[in-house]
Amino acid sequence: MSGAAPDSLAAMRRFRAEREADWAALERLLDAAEKGSLKALSDADLVALPVLYRATLSALSVARATSLDADLIAYLESLSARAYFFVYGVKDTVGQRLRRFFAADWPAAVRRLLPETLAALALMLAGTLIGFVLVARDPAWFDAFVPADLANGRNPEASAAALKATLYGESNGRGLTVLAGFLFTNNAQVAIVAFALGFAAGLPTAVLMISTGAMLGAFVALFHAQGLTAGLLGWLMIHGGTELFAVVLAGAAGLHLGRAVLFPGRQARSAALQAAGQPAAAVMIGVALMLLVAALLEGYARQLIVADAARYGVAAAMLLGWLAYFYRRRDG
Amino acid sequence: MAEGRRLSAAVRLLQTPEGVELGLTLADTGQRLWAFLIDQLIIIAALALLTVAALLLGLGALVGGSGAVAEVVAVLWLVGGFVLRNGWFILWEAGRHTATPGKRLMKIRVAARDGSRLSLDAVVARNLLRELEFFLPLSFLFHEAGTGQASAWAALAGLLWSLSFALLPLFNRDRLRVGDLVAGTWVLRSPRPQLGADMLARPAMAETGFRFTPAQLDAYGEYELQTLERVLRAAIPDAMRRPADDPVVVVAAAIRARIGHQGGDDYQFLSAYYAALRARLERGLLMGRRRLDKDDA
Repeated sequence: MSGAAPDSLAAMRRFRAEREADWAALERLLDAAEKGSLKALSDADLVALPVLYRATLSALSVARATSLDADLIAYLESLSARAYFFVYGVKDTVGQRLRRFFAADWPAAVRRLLPETLAALALMLAGTLIGFVLVARDPAWFDAFVPADLANGRNPEASAAALKATLYGESNGRGLTVLAGFLFTNNAQVAIVAFALGFAAGLPTAVLMISTGAMLGAFVALFHAQGLTAGLLGWLMIHGGTELFAVVLAGAAGLHLGRAVLFPGRQARSAALQAAGQPAAAVMIGVALMLLVAALLEGYARQLIVADAARYGVAAAMLLGWLAYFYRRRDG
Repeated sequence: MAEGRRLSAAVRLLQTPEGVELGLTLADTGQRLWAFLIDQLIIIAALALLTVAALLLGLGALVGGSGAVAEVVAVLWLVGGFVLRNGWFILWEAGRHTATPGKRLMKIRVAARDGSRLSLDAVVARNLLRELEFFLPLSFLFHEAGTGQASAWAALAGLLWSLSFALLPLFNRDRLRVGDLVAGTWVLRSPRPQLGADMLARPAMAETGFRFTPAQLDAYGEYELQTLERVLRAAIPDAMRRPADDPVVVVAAAIRARIGHQGGDDYQFLSAYYAALRARLERGLLMGRRRLDKDDA
């Protein structure tokens, strides 16, 4: 038997010896690329990398078909996988990704969630109605809807003058940045919870939408009883148009997940979830941005603009701007 | 090409556009838990550091009468805390390594299940859902500690309910957590094996003087060959004396008993037998014959 054996073994040794340098080169390039940015690689390196990747992949195929060196095959397989994720993983720059997100991905995702957006809006409006009617009939309900730390002295016992002062209170601009920062982090956390809990069949998200609405309704009823409705709405909507829109969108993203869990349709549940997760996540990235804008409006614009008309003007402009951006017809 | 290979339960096959199947190994639940704990520890430490720095700077500014600086410090603290809690995982996993520092330490990474590019959407989705899997059970846990009997039961029910989301990775084949399910991702090992020495470069068969008959080489298949390869790679070639339970001694004895061979140094015998067996099996491969193990006809 030993006549033919050394030949094939020698061929195997040559196969490996001839290619080992290429594999080492690929490994070196991947190390460099993963350590620094792409700039760490020269143009020649960037051209060489896919070539080396394909050479390694073909060596793997040959080795699998002809060699029983488990160590070699394992090495080639993991090196190929590493190179695969690099070759097929690196696409466009951060700038390109951002431009595409704002120009196409975000509005498209928001449009895809239109049914859930309407549902979330309806839930919130229903909550507002419930809160308003209950508190208008019996002010004792107020404490049930609004946590004491949020009410901050604005309760059914407060006088009309005290309530009015909260709407048009003088401000010297101090502490507004902190307020904006607090509002953003707080609201964004609520929005994230509304999204994540949507996985639980959407129910917690629905409850969250209703309770947010109820809180709103309770406030409106409180100020309505003192004849301050118009003032409250101006105070609320200058940022609320953006903020509540963002919360509704977060709720819509949550409901979208819940819908995929409950009604995956013809797809497997995991496939339906994955298909739902992508636009929902894009919407959530946008929600964070909207809440940042809302917090700046709430922290600065509301405290600095005290005329009702101007507040309504800003509120209407913001809301129309968002609606046009999301739902306007696009060519192509 | 996969049919001839033995795949462990944690290996998933990825078909590259070039038509080659690559085996990817799923990360252990333990590895992922450790990675998560490491990341949480880093986040908590950074938060503590941020808080101390903000307190010192803010108080210093207030004492110095500079309210504006104190305000900036307060905002940095608020937003910094938010970004640490929600952005840490997203920013790292959206990067080139697609892994947080904790994951890199555990040598694991996130990848899209369909083998495509890991998108920012997917990274955001899988990490925002941690709110459901980790922070929700946590909130029930702390809620329970603070309140009365009746709500304690409610909190316990809530805890059990929310834990059912957290424990999902234990109950599916691909070890997906809820975030992975929604994002279409999974967590893989990212090993960096070194290429070992060429086994055939070691002993020249002719020099060692071992000869095997075809019948002796037909005693084993690929599985045994690769087991033998592992034993040889782990062994010290020139050991003067080997204890009786040394793998080289044990394996050599087993093979000699099976093929009826005697004499010679155990290590050299195994090296020669490895080379001869591999040559014979590889020749079979070229002819389209695979012999998976000793029981394969």
